[in-house]
Amino acid sequence: MAQDATTYSLELRDLRKSFGKTEIIRGANLAVKAGERVAIIGPNGAGKSTLFNLISGRFAPTSGEVLLHGQRIDGKKPFEINRMGLSRSFQITNIFPNLSVFENLRCGVLWSMGYKYTFLRFLSGLHDANERAQQLMEMIKLEKKRDTLAVNLTYAEQRALEIGITIAGGASCILLDEPTAGMSRSETARFIHLIKEVTEGRTLLTVEHDMGVVFGLADKIAVVVYGEVIAFDTPENVRANQRVQEAYLGSAIADAQAEGH
Amino acid sequence: MTTTTASTPGSYYRFKPWNVGRLLVWSLFALLLIVAPLLFTSSLALTMLSQIGYLIIICLSYNMLLGQGGMLSFGHAVYTGLGSFIAIHAMNLAGKGALPIPLVFIPLVGGLAGMLFAVLLGYVTTKKAGTTFAMITLGIGELVASMALMFPEFFGGEGGITTDRVYGGSFFGITFGPAIQVYYLIAVYCFICTAAMFAFTGTPLGRILNAVRDNPERVEFIGYNTQRVRYFAFIIAGFFAGIGGGLAAINFEIITAVDSVSILRSGGYLLFTFLGGATFFFGPIIGAVLLVFASVLLSELTKAWLLYLGLVFLFMVMYAPGGVASLIMMNLRVAKYGKLRALLPSYLGLAGTGLVAMLGAACMVEMTYHLQLNAALGPEMSFLGATLNAKALASWFGSGFVLLTGLGLFELCRREYVRQWGRIQEEIEHEIKRGEAL
Amino acid sequence: MLNGVSYGLLLFMLSSGLTLIFSMMGVLNFAHTSFYMLGAYFAYTLSGLVGFWPALVIAPLLVGAMGALFERYSLRRVHKFGHVPELLVTFGLSYLVLEVVQLVWGRSTVPYGLPEQLQGPLFTLFNTQFPKSRSFIMLVALLMLLSVWLLLTRTRIGLVIQAALKHPQMTEALGHNVPRVFMLVFGGGCALAGLAGVIGGNTYVTEPAMAASVGSIIFVVVVVGGMGSLAGAFLASLLIGVVQTFAVAIDESLASGLQALGVMVSEETFGWPVLKLTVSQVAPILPYLFLVLILIFRPKGLLGTRED
Repeated sequence: MAQDATTYSLELRDLRKSFGKTEIIRGANLAVKAGERVAIIGPNGAGKSTLFNLISGRFAPTSGEVLLHGQRIDGKKPFEINRMGLSRSFQITNIFPNLSVFENLRCGVLWSMGYKYTFLRFLSGLHDANERAQQLMEMIKLEKKRDTLAVNLTYAEQRALEIGITIAGGASCILLDEPTAGMSRSETARFIHLIKEVTEGRTLLTVEHDMGVVFGLADKIAVVVYGEVIAFDTPENVRANQRVQEAYLGSAIADAQAEGH
Repeated sequence: MTTTTASTPGSYYRFKPWNVGRLLVWSLFALLLIVAPLLFTSSLALTMLSQIGYLIIICLSYNMLLGQGGMLSFGHAVYTGLGSFIAIHAMNLAGKGALPIPLVFIPLVGGLAGMLFAVLLGYVTTKKAGTTFAMITLGIGELVASMALMFPEFFGGEGGITTDRVYGGSFFGITFGPAIQVYYLIAVYCFICTAAMFAFTGTPLGRILNAVRDNPERVEFIGYNTQRVRYFAFIIAGFFAGIGGGLAAINFEIITAVDSVSILRSGGYLLFTFLGGATFFFGPIIGAVLLVFASVLLSELTKAWLLYLGLVFLFMVMYAPGGVASLIMMNLRVAKYGKLRALLPSYLGLAGTGLVAMLGAACMVEMTYHLQLNAALGPEMSFLGATLNAKALASWFGSGFVLLTGLGLFELCRREYVRQWGRIQEEIEHEIKRGEAL
Repeated sequence: MLNGVSYGLLLFMLSSGLTLIFSMMGVLNFAHTSFYMLGAYFAYTLSGLVGFWPALVIAPLLVGAMGALFERYSLRRVHKFGHVPELLVTFGLSYLVLEVVQLVWGRSTVPYGLPEQLQGPLFTLFNTQFPKSRSFIMLVALLMLLSVWLLLTRTRIGLVIQAALKHPQMTEALGHNVPRVFMLVFGGGCALAGLAGVIGGNTYVTEPAMAASVGSIIFVVVVVGGMGSLAGAFLASLLIGVVQTFAVAIDESLASGLQALGVMVSEETFGWPVLKLTVSQVAPILPYLFLVLILIFRPKGLLGTRED
């Protein structure tokens, strides 16, 4: 690896995390270039969500480093990391239930537009924030539900809103944790299309179980098993990787192959 | 059979922003404030109105924490009380000529005091959230209440601190000696503070505060430090709480520690803000009115008023956690779709049977209280104009019978009501969906 | 010193019940000390009817039953609204219990006395007598602690409870009646509070204000010890119990201390109102000062585990 660290958007260096005596992440290494779309796959319990939590600052790592655009973010608080350009969505839909769709999105843009903790200006007068929220709403195709309370949306709509909030702040590195969980086939296909559109040009990491999604969306796949990244390569190479086929459900990859991806 | 139909979010009447309606509501509010003492002219009414005035400010400031921020505080009286104390000391100093502050600005002094203490104590308080936050506020509330006896110079010991609000020259001919003048001072502050706090809900900080209430973890991931947000909101709430406290000091011209900074008082703010309705902006206004009515009128009516209050509160939390305001709003929505008339018979039935049941219960409660507290007066007591013998078995059987029949009939009415309500909600949802599809 | 420990153990009996309910159900039972009060009052009445020792068993059971009923009909309803309404409903209950107690037993202290076996000193140490009643408190508290720990870790019911705590849906899917478990746990916690009331009420005073006076200290104990940590509650209870008992006995103040060191202080000195406070005067606020200090320097509490 003779490349300069600063060309990587996100880097994990020998990341480790133990909860009590159990080591969940045992030395994970990853280097993602700017604009790359990476799918993180692996058996259940391999530590994928934990990785996300470590990167986004929900937990601090026991040891090792996480670098965002060459700067260390391990041990920082979530809001600090977010301000540095990383945003994430959650496996269980995490939106603001008592605010309307529009309000949800507007909240997402406020900090990045510099409005901070001000209480001396009215939201209705913040034209740039309102326009951006409107744009986002159209991007995720929820303009018709502008004033609906988020808690009254359908599941798929809520997931779309979640994505909307995640990209609202203009983060350059987006983490999506199982974005299509619980969706039907057709919903998933539409959703993937949406994700591709809205994350155009940004670095994307998603945790996914649906191999069809993975092969359709990702430039690179990172395979996580027992808290380590055992492979990080293009989908074709990963498919052919012996170690991966052993460790992971080989049948899942074979099925996807049979489907002609 | 679930009874959650009444509490599903979204089943409220939605205000449309910035229409004539809003202007109208605010003008009505101002008009009411101005005209009230002219309509209710007794001195008792004036006392009550004055109290309502500054309690509106206090309850609204409390709801900034509870309803808007999701922070349950058991120690709000600390900030209103300390605001009162600083204000009263300022008045005394001004009266002696040491501090040239005219009376009209004294509430602001109280506000600044409240804000200062919120800055100091709030840092520690807002370090945690949720249940822990509640307990910290309780601890700090007790801390300040206990400190009261340790510093008699500041807190005035058992007797409290007194003052005279008529000091210095008159302000354009107004001395603030007569109660009516104090009322109008309170009314002006009430209107301004209410408007200010309402405006706050439409600012970035106000909205992010709502987001923190809804989902604190998510807020971190949109770039905000939730602790900071809570801290700032706490300070602003402290400011308005102090203003309310300052007005109280002016109104009563005496402040005692045992009354003003006690946990009991904090509990009162909590109870009535919740009863009025924490989920709507105007809920605490209703709560303030209820507070004054309960503490002034109800307490005169019956010795059992705290018991009734506790029961009402308990039932509210269980069946209508949005308070009186939510009940109003739900019915407004039904009215908007023209279906309120269909519910009227149900409501009448509920009211009637409920009243009967309550009469029975109240009778038994009153008799018990009478036996306990007024034993020296003998077993005879008056209840709603009739004389009852509290020791006679007949009285107990009678009221028990009334209670049981009332309850039985109420339950019947309730089932019917719930059915009707559910059907109406479905019809409304249907109409909304139709509207959306267009 | 032993007085402090026995007081601390009483605090622990109460705070452990609170911690257990909080860990199990995420509910902070504001009315916990109200059940304590009920225990004392029930025992008072029952002692008059059947004597102290039967009352020792019956009163906690009664209180536990009431707690279980409350959980079933009130708390469970509110559970779906979130943690704040849960806290509020227990808050409302505490109000109610206070009123009812005052209604039934009056507003002044009741003469809930010690039975003959517990009167008098157990032993004399350095001229101070250590009363039997306090040692009884210590005994009961330790027994209770032991039996609860055994119950939770060794018996099947205990395992079910622990499972229900971590994964309620899974435990229910496996066929255990989780709502019933919650009801049992809540009732059990209240029964413990009631037991504390039975033995605390006759050593200390039995009056309507007893719930409120010990209530806020219990919450301080739980926060200082760390939410959800039994061991932390134990430590904090002892600490606060001992410190408070000691402090009440000390009549020195900063002023007298300074004077002993040869520094002259008088009414003119800056900060006199603070300096002249004796430690015994400050005693009531010590637990709360503790709270504030812990929150500044160690926000997780002494041994905190559960973050909410």
